[in-house]
Amino acid sequence: MTIQEKQQDLIDEFSIYEDWMDKYEYIIELGKAVKGLSEAHKTKDKLIEGCQSNVWLACTLQDGKMFFEADADAIITKGIIGMLLQVYNGETPQTILQTEPFFIDAIGLTEHLSPTRANGLLSMVKRIKTEALQSLNP
Amino acid sequence: MGASPFSVQAIRDQFPALRQQVYGKQLIYFDNGATSQKPQVVLDTLKQYYALENANIHRGVHYLSQQATTAYEQARRTIQSYIRAKSPDEIIFTKGTTDAINLVAYSFGELLKAGDEILITAMEHHSNIVPWQLLCERKGCVLKVVPISKKGELDLVAFEELLSEKTKLFALTHISNTLGTINPVQSLIQKAHQVGAKVLLDGAQSIQHLTIDVKALNCDFYAFSGHKVFGPTGIGILYGKEEILEKMPPYQGGGDMIAKVTFERTTYNTLPFKFEAGTPHIAGAIGLGSAIEFLNSLDLEAAAAHELELTKYAQGILDTFEGLHIIGEAKNKTSVVSFTIDNMHPFDLGTLLDKQGIAVRTGHHCTQPLMDFFGIPGTVRASFAFYNTKAEIDTFVAALERSMQILGA
Repeated sequence: MTIQEKQQDLIDEFSIYEDWMDKYEYIIELGKAVKGLSEAHKTKDKLIEGCQSNVWLACTLQDGKMFFEADADAIITKGIIGMLLQVYNGETPQTILQTEPFFIDAIGLTEHLSPTRANGLLSMVKRIKTEALQSLNP
Repeated sequence: MGASPFSVQAIRDQFPALRQQVYGKQLIYFDNGATSQKPQVVLDTLKQYYALENANIHRGVHYLSQQATTAYEQARRTIQSYIRAKSPDEIIFTKGTTDAINLVAYSFGELLKAGDEILITAMEHHSNIVPWQLLCERKGCVLKVVPISKKGELDLVAFEELLSEKTKLFALTHISNTLGTINPVQSLIQKAHQVGAKVLLDGAQSIQHLTIDVKALNCDFYAFSGHKVFGPTGIGILYGKEEILEKMPPYQGGGDMIAKVTFERTTYNTLPFKFEAGTPHIAGAIGLGSAIEFLNSLDLEAAAAHELELTKYAQGILDTFEGLHIIGEAKNKTSVVSFTIDNMHPFDLGTLLDKQGIAVRTGHHCTQPLMDFFGIPGTVRASFAFYNTKAEIDTFVAALERSMQILGA
């Protein structure tokens, strides 16, 4: 599945929900399914501090593909992280750098990636891209 | 204009913002601690000003300029009389509470020297912490902090211990924006004065809930924001006792604050203009004046009683929730109910409430040291104004229960 197809899949999954609360119930379900990071791995270098919630992001490169693990203290943030990881995990750094998470907008979650929301998600997407860029120019 | 009998519905009818729906749900606005909604009369005043009365003030000979100057100075007098200040010269227009506190920290701060102490409390908003830290860095002053109890009340014994001849200024919040605590300012001011300290009251959360009489309080400074008291954003007030303001050097230089400028030496304008450099927020000042006139038309005692009743009603219900902790249980508090719920992040609760049409504030409320004291990352804060109702609280409680179900499931 291409990275665009993965995003389309998420959009389709959400299309069945008309009510905002149903959408968020599903995001919370996704959040609960995210494995997260063990307390020992929640180190300062992985922390992305937000005004409203905190996010931790760890990254590894295997056979030219990037794998992310992440966690958040708020479950809605964690649910959105789950979707971002679903999209970006297992992709090459080049693909990651070229791909904007358009599904966020399509699902109606734009506010969570706005700079004013300050839940750490926008910074997390930036960090994912920075990691991708750094893996190309180590 | 005489006060009419208090009717929540009659008041609500004057606030267009309260009539709207968000996400298909009737809006319930419980974020009044952050900013209040505006009555129609304030909106009309702003529109009228920009449509027909717009001109720069204090320096025009023409008709519009004189009209604008009169309206601006009338607003100053309306505010002076509302907070019972002795003279309009004691009312300085600022950008808001933060700007007013910074003005004092900079200008009054110029009169201080190394070793002088500034006293604040553990429940201050960042706006009443950081300006003093900057002053301490600049002048070598020392910042001292009055601790609080877990109930959210000031430790009065520690206060008296911290107070000394070295204390030059005691800057404290009148009502805590996070806890709702009403501090016993009258007696605190008296005690501070006994050692010769001046007192600044951060009135950002008290001007809209209490009757303020700066002469009776005998505070030396009182700061508040227009937008939290049903007026426009970008305008606020610093009240200062005339004899203190006279001694303070100007804060910013520019137009309007000068008497005469030469390259060798500039002399400054008299109060209050000495502290109002540049073209002020004329529309904001006039709008704030109209917000205060709106308050003057209400039975404010009944309004305050209604707000207190809402606070007790909400707190009474929330107190019965298992795993819910009220943050701020002072005996004397109003209009704020802050809480945490075990294993639920304030951000999640706030987001789910929002989707049900309810506006609350979540996070640290610009009081990080206070959050550290309670050992929590933040709270959910419902803050009320006199236009809120018990029915709204019932809807909020039901929405909170639904959010907790979803998050706990």
